[in-house]
This record gives sequence, structure tokens and C-alpha cells, in this order.
Amino acid sequence: MNAAGFPLLSLLTFLPLVGAGILLFIRGDEAAVAANARWTALWTSLIVFALSLILWFSFDKSTADFQFVELHEWMPGFGLAYHLGVDGISVLFVLLSTLLTPICILASWEAVQSRVREYMIAFLVLETMMVGMFASMDMLMFYIFFEGVLIPMFLIIGVWGGQRRVYAAYKLFLYTLLGSLLMLLALLTLWFMAGTTSIPELFKLQIAPSLQVWLFLAFFASFAVKVPMWPVHTWLPDAHVEAPTAGSVILAGVLLKMGGYGFIRFSLPLLPVATEWFAPLIFTLSIVAVIYTSLVAMAQEDMKKLIAYSSVAHMGIVTLGIFALNHQGLSGAIFQMLSHGVVSGALFLCVGVVYDRVHSREIARYGGVAKVMPGYATVFMLFTMASVALPGTAGFPGEFLVLVGAWQANPWVALFAATGMILGACYMLWLYRRVLFSKLTKAEIKALLDLSPREYLTFAPLVVLTLWMGIYPSSFLSFFEASVTALLARHEAAMALPRLAGM
Amino acid sequence: MNWTLILPELVLALAGLAVLVGGVIPKRDSSFAINMAVLGSLLVAGVLVLAQGEGTAFAGQYVSDAFTKFTKLLVVAGAALGVLLALDWNVKQGLAKFEYPVLLLLSTVGMMIMLSANDLIALYLGLELLSLSLYVVAAFDRDNGRSTEAGLKYFVLGALASGLLLYGASLVYGYAGTTNFDRIADAIAATDTVPFGLVIGLVLVLAALAFKVSAVPFHMWTPDVYEGAPTPVTAFFASAPKVAAIGLLARVVAGPFGDMAGQWQQIIILCSLGSMILGALAAIGQKNLKRLMAYSSIGHVGYALMGLAVASEIGMQALLIYIAIYLFTNVGAFAVLVAMRRNGQALEKVDDLAGLGRTDPAMALAMTLFMFSMAGIPPLAGFFGKYFVIGAAIQGGFITLAVVGVLSSAVSAYYYLRIIKVMYFDNGVGALDARPASLSVVLAGTGLFTLFFFAFPGLFLSAAQAAVTALVG
Repeated sequence: MNAAGFPLLSLLTFLPLVGAGILLFIRGDEAAVAANARWTALWTSLIVFALSLILWFSFDKSTADFQFVELHEWMPGFGLAYHLGVDGISVLFVLLSTLLTPICILASWEAVQSRVREYMIAFLVLETMMVGMFASMDMLMFYIFFEGVLIPMFLIIGVWGGQRRVYAAYKLFLYTLLGSLLMLLALLTLWFMAGTTSIPELFKLQIAPSLQVWLFLAFFASFAVKVPMWPVHTWLPDAHVEAPTAGSVILAGVLLKMGGYGFIRFSLPLLPVATEWFAPLIFTLSIVAVIYTSLVAMAQEDMKKLIAYSSVAHMGIVTLGIFALNHQGLSGAIFQMLSHGVVSGALFLCVGVVYDRVHSREIARYGGVAKVMPGYATVFMLFTMASVALPGTAGFPGEFLVLVGAWQANPWVALFAATGMILGACYMLWLYRRVLFSKLTKAEIKALLDLSPREYLTFAPLVVLTLWMGIYPSSFLSFFEASVTALLARHEAAMALPRLAGM
Repeated sequence: MNWTLILPELVLALAGLAVLVGGVIPKRDSSFAINMAVLGSLLVAGVLVLAQGEGTAFAGQYVSDAFTKFTKLLVVAGAALGVLLALDWNVKQGLAKFEYPVLLLLSTVGMMIMLSANDLIALYLGLELLSLSLYVVAAFDRDNGRSTEAGLKYFVLGALASGLLLYGASLVYGYAGTTNFDRIADAIAATDTVPFGLVIGLVLVLAALAFKVSAVPFHMWTPDVYEGAPTPVTAFFASAPKVAAIGLLARVVAGPFGDMAGQWQQIIILCSLGSMILGALAAIGQKNLKRLMAYSSIGHVGYALMGLAVASEIGMQALLIYIAIYLFTNVGAFAVLVAMRRNGQALEKVDDLAGLGRTDPAMALAMTLFMFSMAGIPPLAGFFGKYFVIGAAIQGGFITLAVVGVLSSAVSAYYYLRIIKVMYFDNGVGALDARPASLSVVLAGTGLFTLFFFAFPGLFLSAAQAAVTALVG
């Protein structure tokens, strides 16, 4: 069995599905169904979150091995197994997913009024897919969850989205599907080489460098779209703008992390030679992403679009850190993914708060909001600061570590990345000034009410986490310390092999 | 003479004749009772197939093994679902005649003989029994111009295909000296260079079978016949006969012509590539759901043939898994099409589904499952079908097939998504008529299969493995 004494990860993965199943059978008039659906979904996700805290407390930080492992036969003749487990890299992402889901459900409490039951089912299914993906130790299972995310996400954007929701939903689906299908080819190749899709078994594989290049490209097609990296990022602004607030939160908070997680989980350990070989390309793309999308963000008239572009820039920092291939870079990248999950999720919630009141995301429609909504202004200020990586907030440790790591890999890369961060400060502060400060002239804005208790409750955990991650990052960094060390050690060993063989 | 071996076919054929007599004699309408009798005989036939022994009968004309068992069970299930789908539709369209279930039953006998054929003559007999029944049911709505046109088109082209088959079979007989599959295999194994005439014969036989499975470039009849024929008939066409024809194709190429893999592989690869690409591209612009499903089925045949093209055991196994999943998903999707009816009027446009997500959430959910499954999105059943065939292609080193497979899968996702989009994102004009209980049963059964295949794949995988072992030997 495992450290928890019961199949914890299966429970975390499939409990939301049970909740969704219960939702299917709620009967009554529309208002009653909606209310019951909200509470059922909230309690399901809260129970899942409470269970997931066991991971936080009883995870053994001293080892890089997989923990809480569950292994059952699935398709025995084919080397495919039901195999769950978490290591230092994935455990916090599981927690991030279980934390953001109840927040999303709370955030949509009043914003979603039509087809509430279906909406909640979609979110619970989404939670299953997210948790399952981070907890998979079998590559086929990983792929199933990775792709399965598309089904609820397509419906969430398409049904509850904004004006151009159909276009955005299609774009998200087809972009991601095409990338993933190429990854499927790589997966199948690995399956036949190793005879199994168990991730720990695959790590033992020695792959010829020429094949590594192809496999890397196939993985890259999938993960780069998901991250998203420039130039395949264009689905993200559309999807973010059209998605309902909670959809954006999950999209920015968890789904983008799947790409980065995939790079760390598969590309780095499986394909060490190709990783080194492609690192300069990734650096270039990441720098373009950081600088170009920051500039694009400055020109945006739409709040959500601005934050979406800032996400692309922040994820550029993440890919930089991953491919710097040193301890600081990799730890920084993981930390940055976690902090970005919290901070950008919170920023989308901030936009959602005013959107629910004014029903516009256009920056020009606002101005002087701080005077009527002081509580909101304080919360928004904190997350803006975290987004520009002010020391003491969640954004800082990650970006700092990545820059240190990038400097070791190549000082020029670090220099350009730092430029992007300055631009980041520009557009975020400018956004803040235009929305929250400036003259309070519009009658519509004067009538706004400050945050409701429910909204305070939604923001509270995110505020706490943002400060905690900024002030004492060690309590998070310590989780993946051992795993990152082991990953890099294995990488160096793999790189040393061909040289010994006289290559 | 081991005549008890053919008990399933025998019982089914006799039941067909008895039911036919039972339909003719009474003065009042007895179609419901006939339908039930046919369903009952199919059930009995299914049980007999399960209990069937292994071996050959009628001087090697007929063979029964794990492969025939697997495919016959699929065919019987497909036929039973076909009868169920038509039950309510035929009444509402004024087509409730007892001949319909009887014809379906006789075609099932044909399919079972086809699958058990171990001789070119037996093959032809089974195929013709199937085809003749199908020509009639295609034109079953005889006062409707489109239905008669579909029947006639199918008949003319089907007759051409039969001619090709016979011509090819006679060439094979001429050069191999026998029509028995085992002895053809022996004859081919005994020669160093395969005679050219035998290759021509093989090509003609393959062309005829490609016509039956509607693989590119022999697919032209499919969209027209699918669109014209009454919807439950189309559902039947796209399920059981297709499975039977693919199973037959697998036996023919793996059995008698197993040693000529080099020759037939090229043909199957081209058919597979063409079908996948055409199925993906041609369906995009379709407004009629039946036509769309026709192109989609062409695409699926392409994937199934991919498993055949690699000519390996794992490929064959993938093929069987693929057609099994395709059968149930496809029947489910067609159940939705059959249920589409507003104010008594049958509908078949994609746009007629608009707003279904609101008006009939259960059916919309089921259709969503079928569409995502056909697009190959995990964790639904269709994903596993694609996973195994593409995996087999990669293992065999057929990278082109695999890459074309995933790319056309991405393209075809577009039109499957369009159906979901119409159901959930668009506003409809009103609710559809209440769906009959028979369709609800079919929808629930196939929907649960599609959704929960991932939880119990072992059963199918081991059955398919046994079937392939029996086939390849």
C-alpha cells in the first residue's frame, strides 16, 4: 500500500467524478437544481481539497522517488497498467489543482446562472482530469487525462463563454489536439521500444540520439502548444477572453502548467541529448515570447487579453528555466509555474469581479474604481505586485531563480529575460492605473459595490498563498528539492554516457 | 460430415423461413410479433455461436474458430441493434412490414456464412445472400424516390463488384487449381514465384471486397446510398455488414493469401491512406447528417484497414478491436439520427440538432460521447481503437500511415465537434418528439459501452487475441 494507508490518489482523482455523477441525478425545478448543484460541487471539491492536504503533510521530502504509489493491472498483455503516484515535481501541482477547483466554483456562484448543473459537472470532470494527469505514473494514463481535459474545457468555453466563444473553443481544441496527436506517435514509439508505458520503466530506456530528435519534436508539438510558447500561443488570448472567469482561472492556473510539467516529466529525463540540442531554440522562442508578448500586452484594450498575454510571457520564463538545465533554473521554473498558477488565477478572478458588475472587460470603461472599491483595490494591488515579481510576493522567488539559472547557462539569455520583466512591470502597473486610479467620472463606476463576503472568501486563500510563497518560499521549494537534484544528476549521467562511448 | 457445426446458421435460416411463413399467413398486421421473433432468433443464434465448437465442415467449405466466433457475435449484435433501431421508425413512416426484420435476419445468415467461409464458393454464396437482402432493404421505402434510387444504385454497383469477385475467383482457381482457402495457401507456398494471373485474381477479389467495406477508391456509392436509404437501414449498413466485410477481408488476406503479403499490402495501404484522408476532408462540408456519417464511416474503414495493412498479429488484433468499438459507437450515433423527428417529420440535417443540449440533455450527452469517441478523444472507447491501430502501424514501421492517421484524425475532429457545437452552443427551434423506449435502450447501452470501455478492456483484448491466433495460426 502507500503512505496514506488507503488509495489516496485514486480517491482524489475519482471523487470529483462521483460528485458529477450525483449531480446528474438531482431533480426538481430549475432554481432548486441550480442551488443543489452549487453546494454539491462545492462540497465535493472541498472534500477533495481536504483529502489532498494529506499529501502536503505526509509527503516525504527527502526522496526523489514516487510516493503514494498505486499499481493495478489494466491491460496486462500490453504493458499498460493503472499506475498512480506523485514525486516532488508533481505533488504540488496536484494540490494546486485541488485548491483552485473550489475557488473556481465559488467564483462562479452568481456569475453562472444558466445550466448550472452542467457547468458544475464540467468543472468536476475537469478536476478529475487535472489531478489524474499530475498523478499518473503511466504514460498512456497521462495522455488520457491530458487529452481528456479538452472535453470539459471545450464545453465550458463554448457554452458559457462570451461573444466569440465558438471560435475560441474550436481553436483551443484543434490546436491542442493536433499537438497531442503528434505526442501520441512518440508515446506509441516509446511503448514499443520499452514494451511498457510505465514512466519509471521508460526512464531506464537508452534512446539513440537521432531518434531522440524526432521524439523531442513530437513532444514539443504538444507541450509547446499547451505552455503556450511563441509562436503557437495564439489560441490562448482567444480562449481566455471568451472563457467564463472560472474557466480562465483553471486555464491559466493549471492547464498551462501541463505543458511545462510535460517538458520536465518526459522531455528532460527521456531525451537528454535532444534536450541539450534544442535548448538554444527553446531559449530563443522563450525570449521572443517574453519580450514580444509583453509589448503586445501593453497595446491591449481588453483586461483579460492583457493578462492572457502576460501569461504567455511568464510561461516563457518557465521554459527558459526548464531548459537552463541547472538546479536554480529548474527549481525556479517549477516555483514560477506554481506561483503563476496562484497569481494569474487570482488576476483573472479580479477581472471577473468587475466584469460581473459592469459586464465589460474594456479598460476604457473603467477608471477610479479604487475610490468606490477600496477592498478590491487592495487585493488587486497585491496580485499586480506579485505579477511584476515584487520581492516578498509569490512572483519573485521563481523569476529570480530562473534568472540566476539562465545567467549560468547564458548571460545574454538572462539579460533579455530581465528586459521582459521590466516590460511586465510597465503593462501591469499601467493596467492598474487605468482601471483603479485616474478620475472617477463614469456614473456606472460610481455605483459599484465593494467585494462581497463570498468574494473575500474566494480571494483569501490566494492572498495568503501569495504572501506565503513570497516570504517563505522554502516551504514549497523543499518539496521538489530532492526530485530536481535527482533529475539533473540523471541528466548529467546520461550526457556523460555517449562521451565515454567515444562519441 | 459435421453438420452440427453450422447449427447457428442453420437455426437462423430455418427461423427466417418460419418467420416468413408466420408473416404471410395471418390477415392482420403482425409486424411487431415478427420483429420480436427475429430478435429472439438472433439471440438464440448468438448463444449457439458462443457454444459453437471449432473445426471445419462440408469438406472444408466451412470453418469455425475463435475468429469467426468474435466477428459473428459482433455481427449478430449489430443485426439485433439494427432491428431495434427500425422498430419504431418503420411504424411512424408507415413501413411496418414484416419483410423488413426477415430480410435483416437473412442478411445476417449471409454474413455468418461469409465469416465462416473457407472456400471461394462459400464466400460468394454468403456475400450474395447478404447483398441481395441489402439491395431490397435499401429500397424499402419504395414510394420514396431517393430510397429507390439508393437501392438501384447499390444494386448496379454491387452487381459490378460481384462480377469482379467472380472473375477474380475464377482466375485464382485457374492458377491455384482449387477454391479451398487452405489449399490455395498451400499452392502459393509451394511456388517460388507467384504466377501473375494469381496476382490479378487477388487484386480483383480485393477490389470487390473493398467495394463492400466502402474503402477508397471503391467508396463512391456510399454517400448516395447512405443518404437515400431510410435512416435505420443506413444505420444497419454502416454497422453489421461493414464488420462482416472487414472480417472477411481479414480472413481472405491472412488465410489463403497470407504468403502474398507483399502484393496485397500495397493495395491495402493505399486504400487505408485514401479512406482516412477522404473521410476526414469530404465530411467537413456536409450538411446532411447521414452523408456526413457516410464519409465518417469511410474514414473509420481507413483506420481499420491500417491494422490490416501492417500484416502483423498485433495489427490484426487492433483491427478487430477497432471494428468492435466502431460498431457500437456507430450504432449509438445512428440511434440519435433515427430519433430525430419533429412533429412527426423525420429530420436529417446537422442544424436540426440545434439546441438539443437544452431540450433533451440525455440524448445530447450520449451523442457528445459518440462524437468525441469517433474523434478519438480519450478516455472514450474510440481512442483505444485508434491507439491500437496507430500503435501497430508504428511497430511495423509504417510511419506514413501513422502520421496520416493522426493528422486526418485531427481534421475529422473538426466535423465531429461541429455536431457538438450545434447541440450545445446554438439555439434550437424547438424540442424533438419524445424518443421511443427502444431507442433509449440502444442509446443507453452503446453510450455506457463507449464511456466505460476503458474500465474493462481486458475482455475485448483477450477475445481479439484468441481470434487472431486462430486466424494466423
